[in-house]
Amino acid sequence: MELLDNLALGFSTALLPVNLFYCFVGVLLGTLIGVLPGIGPTATIAMLLPITFAFSPATALIMLAGIYYGAQYGGSTTAILINLPGESSSAVTAIDGYQMARQGRAGPALATAAISSFFAGTVATILLALFAPPLSRMALKFGAAEYFSLMVLGLVCSVALAHGSILKALAMIVLGLLLGLVGTDIYTGTPRFTIDMPELADGLSFVAVAVGVFGLAEILRNLENEHDRAVTVKRVTGLMPTLADLKAVAAPIVRGTTLGAILGILPGGGAILASFAAYTVEKRLSRTPERFGKGAIEGVAAPEAANNAGAQTSFIPMLTLGIPANPVMALMIGALIIQGITPGPKVATEEPQLFWGVIASMWMGNLMLVLLNLPLVGMWVKMLTIPYYVLFPAIIAFSSIGVYSVNNNSFDLYTVAAFGFLGYVLVKLGSEPAPLLLGFVLGPLLEEHLRRAMIISHGDWTVFVRRPLSATLLTIAALVLAVTFLPAVSRKREQVFVEEE
Amino acid sequence: MQRINHRDLLLGAIFALIGAGFVIAARGLDMGTTQRMGPGMFPLILASVLMLLGIAIAAQSFFTPEEAIGKVPWRGLVLILAAPVLFGITIRGLGLVGAVVLAIATSTFASQRAGLALAGLLTLGLTVFCVLVFSYGLGLPIPLRGPWLSF
Repeated sequence: MELLDNLALGFSTALLPVNLFYCFVGVLLGTLIGVLPGIGPTATIAMLLPITFAFSPATALIMLAGIYYGAQYGGSTTAILINLPGESSSAVTAIDGYQMARQGRAGPALATAAISSFFAGTVATILLALFAPPLSRMALKFGAAEYFSLMVLGLVCSVALAHGSILKALAMIVLGLLLGLVGTDIYTGTPRFTIDMPELADGLSFVAVAVGVFGLAEILRNLENEHDRAVTVKRVTGLMPTLADLKAVAAPIVRGTTLGAILGILPGGGAILASFAAYTVEKRLSRTPERFGKGAIEGVAAPEAANNAGAQTSFIPMLTLGIPANPVMALMIGALIIQGITPGPKVATEEPQLFWGVIASMWMGNLMLVLLNLPLVGMWVKMLTIPYYVLFPAIIAFSSIGVYSVNNNSFDLYTVAAFGFLGYVLVKLGSEPAPLLLGFVLGPLLEEHLRRAMIISHGDWTVFVRRPLSATLLTIAALVLAVTFLPAVSRKREQVFVEEE
Repeated sequence: MQRINHRDLLLGAIFALIGAGFVIAARGLDMGTTQRMGPGMFPLILASVLMLLGIAIAAQSFFTPEEAIGKVPWRGLVLILAAPVLFGITIRGLGLVGAVVLAIATSTFASQRAGLALAGLLTLGLTVFCVLVFSYGLGLPIPLRGPWLSF
């Protein structure tokens, strides 16, 4: 079987001592930043991306991936024990998880979160192994028009799934696309929007923009109100859930995994939306919805399964099409480019070790996470006593060194400050930063494929609707956009996120 | 109740202004033809869309209830943004140790809680940590001491 051969290759790569070690470092760091509120996987990966340059491509991606799904595990610990989402994707876990902790059932809540995440991680790894290769093969047949339409669909989905106002999300994407175009035009060599600064000739540094918008802006948000974190549960006893608990969570875990796996593939979705949607579904389906919000164990199991499944399946479009589904995947693409690998459908055939190694490492990483999180939960609780005023100077120092080491260029640090400011202002005024970063990565790609498609078609705009695959993608995009603006749906959209308040 | 959402009004204005700025800059670029699009065409389309979206957000704000902008951590804003800039200015001259010390010391005072003793301890501890991890652990080729400090 081809699949088994591929997985064997993957595990032989993932089990190399160096890869095992960095997989462990990744999930350890992921758990740490997941537990700590105020620093998320996007900022961490942006900060550490430059140093992965010294690793082999597979090792780099294995570690960065570990940070992302590790953060999903860690986030639930904080959510359950102190009612604060360590990670935004764990916000809904806090609702019922914290209530369980107050009722003295912190142990079962934590164990449920870990078991659901592990189950979801295993299923998502298998899905990734099954679906990625055929998708890659299909993507090899894509022309410029198809790529353009696919990216339009991706951007439209990320607007539809964004949290909050549709207009604001659209504006953030367009702003991101424009910022992505700063630099030298690839077809003519004309400098664009460089305001006569030679440093801008190669465009804005992606790492610097990401660190500014996600790292600095987030610190500023947190400085708005500094308060001490109260850890109510000092010691966690009795980890194992009862048999009744396990029976109650079995179906929610499966539903959460399914929902998360689907939403993870969609652009803009990823882990956050998956957990919100899974919670809403469980509450709808429950025969006793009044228990939700008062310590219902299903309310912990489903979202935790969903966010982990979503975190992992969001690798599918990145690995097969070279198109990021969320800002973290955009950073992964950045990591590949730093390594000299062009992201896209060819990665699966030209770099099979990297492709399958990353997939296999996810399962290993999930196993490590269960072992890390359950027995060592006491240690993670202690981490929560690290005050924020110790944390953020460290973040500033690491990101400064990280950003500088990409190009040894001081200008990138001024970019960090500028985008920290812009990001803070825009977020403060109610925009989401994720669409901006997604647009930033896709801007140059979108333009390149648009222009290439127009050259091939001799300036005929109908090329996008005459090619069947491209037409289908654009039709779906139009439908998604139309549906998003329907009054009934926009009310529903608000409801999905309303649990957060 | 006032029916103007100043938060959205400001946001819309910012988007519209940035859009307008890009429109002006893009007009100086070659548009090309539909078959051979020049460097200016795609940016001009995007910039116009951004401007329109900004105007739409601003227009909508007249029909939505006011939302509080909330407080702004002014001291934090200045110091947090200054830290990477200082790092950038001094990294070549002072080297890694000096630049990191400056960045950490500056950012520590962004917190309302920071005192001199805490700042000193934090700066010392984190600097040692950074040097160990980045210079010795990961072998980054940034000199620890720069030319400004060679005497």
